[in-house]
Amino acid sequence: MGSLIDVKKARTYSQVPGGTASDIGGQLAARARRLERRLSDVRRTVAIMSGKGGVGKSVVTANLATALAADGLSVGVLDADLNGPSMAKLLGVGDSPLAVGEESVEPAIGAGGVKVMSMGLLLQTAETPVTWSGPRSDTFLWRGSLEMNALREFLADTAWGRLDYLLLDLPPGADRIASIHDLLPNLGGAIAITLPSELSREIVSKSLNMARELGVPVIGYVENMSGYLCPHCNEVGPTFVTEREGFDGVPLLATLPFDPRFGGETDAGRPDAARGPDSLTGRAVREIAASVKRFFEDDES
Amino acid sequence: MKFLCLDCDAQMASVDTAAPDDGTLTVTFRCPNCDRLVAMLANSMETQMVNSLCVDVGGRSAAPQPFESVRSHLESGAEGALRDATADGGPAWSRDAEQRLARVPGFVRGMVRRLYKEWAAERGIDEITLQVMDEARSDLGIEGM
Repeated sequence: MGSLIDVKKARTYSQVPGGTASDIGGQLAARARRLERRLSDVRRTVAIMSGKGGVGKSVVTANLATALAADGLSVGVLDADLNGPSMAKLLGVGDSPLAVGEESVEPAIGAGGVKVMSMGLLLQTAETPVTWSGPRSDTFLWRGSLEMNALREFLADTAWGRLDYLLLDLPPGADRIASIHDLLPNLGGAIAITLPSELSREIVSKSLNMARELGVPVIGYVENMSGYLCPHCNEVGPTFVTEREGFDGVPLLATLPFDPRFGGETDAGRPDAARGPDSLTGRAVREIAASVKRFFEDDES
Repeated sequence: MKFLCLDCDAQMASVDTAAPDDGTLTVTFRCPNCDRLVAMLANSMETQMVNSLCVDVGGRSAAPQPFESVRSHLESGAEGALRDATADGGPAWSRDAEQRLARVPGFVRGMVRRLYKEWAAERGIDEITLQVMDEARSDLGIEGM
């Protein structure tokens, strides 16, 4: 009986004035300030997304980054695909340890001088999966939270310095743009990568609609593997038999053929070589870079 | 989360946080009026849920370290992936303190070294000994490191 009276006596959380010793709100606010300070010298942020896996987002990201760098711009790439990181390999980053300073971690330097931060730089081997310490059961309960924190730290703790462009290579999933938007509410723009198939179009549409709902400016979309580039005759043939449809109100930035040489050179960490002067695909990538620059110049003027 | 002493109708204050190696968490609170102590005990799953938020229960007592949650929680990190660029300078380390530090997994060792170093430097301590490490890790909430 006595305990019932005691329980009734308890005030509610909001009736007890003052904060808590943990001050979780204060800790989160301090994190947000740290992230904001870090990115204050980054002029433009661009998310490369698709929603669908296997469409070539990372290959496009690596080539777009080095194409922008080739124009004399300072470029960084954040590999937001924590569980399938590829940017370090695609940008030809070596295996030197990353220097940890008082306030930040120096990014790796990849092809064309592009600054790179990727989970791939931290793992034991290229084949090692990401595993987190903690109970082995029900990892779904906490894994996502750790991953978001890792992404936040990659953004906030990397010594990006002054950048003209920070490209964010997102993993598959239509919700990923929302996660990045939570961290970067002022995300400058998004580019969608798709394949010329109805299935891809449907899934990529989800990401584009999500971006619109969030108010993220959509720069345009890239149709990858839009045809097969024959290495013998340099002619492009179709890769998919379905009729292609675009996305309402979203500009097509470029179509990229399935180009074995381009893909092979990029996979080997030589995106600049992949876009040789005679490369049809290389020209298309340079068109994407030009469109991105125009998008921001128009927006800023 | 607030803890209220019902007898005094006063908010209790966190006085100690312990995270033993078994993955559990113990946070002790004291009533500022009657000095009554209560302990909040969390099992390993509950502790992990809180850990995954990467916030410090009881408040932050050290400046944030770069990549601190990645380095604290990533199990499959490579030992040589990160290099402490601030390793030189600061308080000296006793031999047994160095030996204990060497048992910390390589991926987080640099960060843990720096936490001890900063804690000792702030208190004007010239040499980091086992006793200093014990005091620091209790204060910083880095039990097990």
